Amino acid sequence: MTSPPTTSPASGTRFTGVAIGLHWLIAVAIIGTFALGLYMHELPLSPQKLKLYSWHKWAGVTIFLCVLLRLLWRLLHRPPELPAGMPAWQRKAAEATHVLLYLLMVAVPLSGWLMSSAKGFQTVWFGMVPLPDLLDKNKELGDLLQEVHEVLNFTMAGLVLAHLGAALKHHFIDRDDVLVRMAPFLGRTTGDTK
Amino acid sequence: MNCRLCGPALAAAFLIAAPAVQAIEFNQFQANRSALSFVSKQMNVPVEGQFKSFRSKIAFDPAKPAAARAELEIDLASIDAGSKDANDEVAGKAWFNTKEFPVAKFVATSVKPLGGNRFELAGKMTIKGRTQDLTTPVTMRQEGNSASFEGSLVLKRADYALGEGMWADFGTVANEVQVKFRLVATAAAAAAPAKK
Repeated sequence: MTSPPTTSPASGTRFTGVAIGLHWLIAVAIIGTFALGLYMHELPLSPQKLKLYSWHKWAGVTIFLCVLLRLLWRLLHRPPELPAGMPAWQRKAAEATHVLLYLLMVAVPLSGWLMSSAKGFQTVWFGMVPLPDLLDKNKELGDLLQEVHEVLNFTMAGLVLAHLGAALKHHFIDRDDVLVRMAPFLGRTTGDTK
Repeated sequence: MNCRLCGPALAAAFLIAAPAVQAIEFNQFQANRSALSFVSKQMNVPVEGQFKSFRSKIAFDPAKPAAARAELEIDLASIDAGSKDANDEVAGKAWFNTKEFPVAKFVATSVKPLGGNRFELAGKMTIKGRTQDLTTPVTMRQEGNSASFEGSLVLKRADYALGEGMWADFGTVANEVQVKFRLVATAAAAAAPAKK
């Protein structure tokens, strides 16, 4: 770890560059992998489908690793404080959403990995790194985990929409710096300029 | 066998005198103790499968391996290729085309001893109307009245036109399929020393 772990907690500071980079990398990867999952699962069996499934799994493993990195970074770097005027219920809602999003970012790829094992298809990251099968092949369990993977995904999609809505509300209605401090390429400019 | 009618002393004397010479031929195929499985690679992911229904005619006398005979018939519709989707797919024309070619057949043409309990089995494999020469090492294990014959070999699916059209490219499903077999046969309880 390069930078000191004591980011100033004052409102108006930005997240660290690493936190911002990981946030957006993971955001784009999750949206793409989610869309791929929605698209691929109803395709008739074909070489293309097998490829897409593999890509989806490779992306999932990659996201999982990035999320672990991000969690570690988050534990070592305190995020900027929320704006002082925020009502308590909003603070609680924001905290709950973030905790749930972190949990789901871990649980969604994990459920996919478990489902893959239970269905008898090992995950081989980029076709090169075989992940251990955590479960033995078991069709009923595989079908159940498929449901779990789906429910977790749609729960996460809902939370992502709430997260996005809240960020836009902060930016355009509250006109605070909550969105901008996580925005890339904006340097140290603060919120209410747009 | 006649010895059954002899007195116990005579039987004992016979066993001591000539235990190794007595011919034993394993020729009763035991389907429920046999297994035929395979591992295909999809996007470099090993996927296990098996055939649940197959019949074999085996006649193997360890003392005369060169005279051994073996045939294997596999009901291709009994495949478990790892998932229902895959089972439906491989029954179709691009793969086994089980409607037209329900059975795959192997007929042994020679058995060579490789020393110890190992043998080299050669024969003709016919799948989907295509016949190819096939050679595989086989390890025999004898336990009392029964013998198991085990081995593994690599089949190339393209040799039998398995996976045509969009599946023909090996980038997704590899050409090489690892096949493992275990065939068990017992010696008929009443087998006479004379060969059947």
